[in-house]
Amino acid sequence: MITKRIIPCLDVKNGRVVKGVQFEGLSDVSSPIELAKYYSNAGADELVFYDITASFEERKLFIDVLREVASQIFIPLTVGGGINTVEDFDRVLKCGADKVSVNSGAIRNPDLIKEAALKYGDQCVVLSCDIKRVNGEFRLFSKGGREDTGINAIEWIKKGVKNGAGEIVVNSIDTDGVKKGFDIEMLKAVCEVINVPVIASGGAGCSEDFVKLFNEIPTIDAGLAASIFHFGEVEIKDLKLLLKENKINVRL
Amino acid sequence: MISIVDYGVGNLFSLSSSLKAIGADTIVTNDKQKILDSSAVILPGVGAFSDAKQKLQESGLFQVVIDEAKKGKKLLGICLGMQMLFEKSFEYGEFDGLGLIKGNIVPLEGKISPQLKIPHIGWNSLEFKNGKSPLFKYINNGDFVYFVHSYFATDCDENVIATSEYGIDVTASVQKDNIFGCQFHPEKSGDVGLNILKAFCEMGD
Repeated sequence: MITKRIIPCLDVKNGRVVKGVQFEGLSDVSSPIELAKYYSNAGADELVFYDITASFEERKLFIDVLREVASQIFIPLTVGGGINTVEDFDRVLKCGADKVSVNSGAIRNPDLIKEAALKYGDQCVVLSCDIKRVNGEFRLFSKGGREDTGINAIEWIKKGVKNGAGEIVVNSIDTDGVKKGFDIEMLKAVCEVINVPVIASGGAGCSEDFVKLFNEIPTIDAGLAASIFHFGEVEIKDLKLLLKENKINVRL
Repeated sequence: MISIVDYGVGNLFSLSSSLKAIGADTIVTNDKQKILDSSAVILPGVGAFSDAKQKLQESGLFQVVIDEAKKGKKLLGICLGMQMLFEKSFEYGEFDGLGLIKGNIVPLEGKISPQLKIPHIGWNSLEFKNGKSPLFKYINNGDFVYFVHSYFATDCDENVIATSEYGIDVTASVQKDNIFGCQFHPEKSGDVGLNILKAFCEMGD
């Protein structure tokens, strides 16, 4: 049976992971390689690397990091951040990424999803959306969640899937950082209208939040989080055992 | 030496890295002579069947792969590379494959419950069939591997060595004598995947 996926997200700047903390047996908390290996051994089903650099030089450094991670860690890797063109897809796929996540790049250029899906296949294109409630509507935000696009997020996602997005990451701005659990209502609204994998993001504060996520929305495929894993608040191994105890199918 | 056939379909970085990680002596090549000289051959592949088949033909390696496999050389097809081993694919039309294993490639759509998502993407467990293939020497029944596909092999029961449950029993792996195929990606399946590649590489030595 197919399993629910647990995905840690690593923000990379200047070739280093930001927001890392000390784990036992991890000598360098901000080394992307060390951290990726640590998560892979702990049972992470996939890793997301987010390039939060801005300059061209730093981007080259990110590529070097990606190449090194991909040559040592053999689980699926998704790359996001600064993806604006099909050439950006090419750049990261060549270095061992399996999937590429687009966000603001797709808002600026709606054809990007279609072009990339035609060239690399739907399975390669992940549409990541930052969503916030505005006047009772799920509204799509851009620029890292700072700017209201005025676009209805549910319509945007439907269109993205039609254009070839193979997976959707739903990041709720309303629950992000609050650590009181995933945005069940928002995630349900997305799952009801599409039939490609949906990855929940934003709001996880403890292991029980993942149990609740998978129990309340059986069609959710994965849970993504950053800080609770980095700060060691939730150990992936323990989380997966808890999910299994709750009859949620995971890879152990 | 094990050849990874490079015919311009997909990127082979992860596959060649994973083989390096298990210490296998491999070469990524489209050179006929190198393939003839190698002890075993890996045929990768992503994308659409007809496009990949055309590229393999254009590279002049379509017949080379068939001839080498028929001579008894160990061959491993991965993902679309596995699908190419079969007689026919019905992906966007009807196309002949390498014809090394009896059976057809058909869409998951219509064969599985409409509630299940397509592609079949994620980690799924293997159930060994027809005994335990030497390909699985270092892994256990029930181990998890990573899948990404929308089409699958049918009408090949006698050559199926593992299935995965996704509404139906989906062909996960096949073997006919010296010819092996994995629908999943061993190069993305963690230690389980590396152990499958290791078993294959050892057979080629």
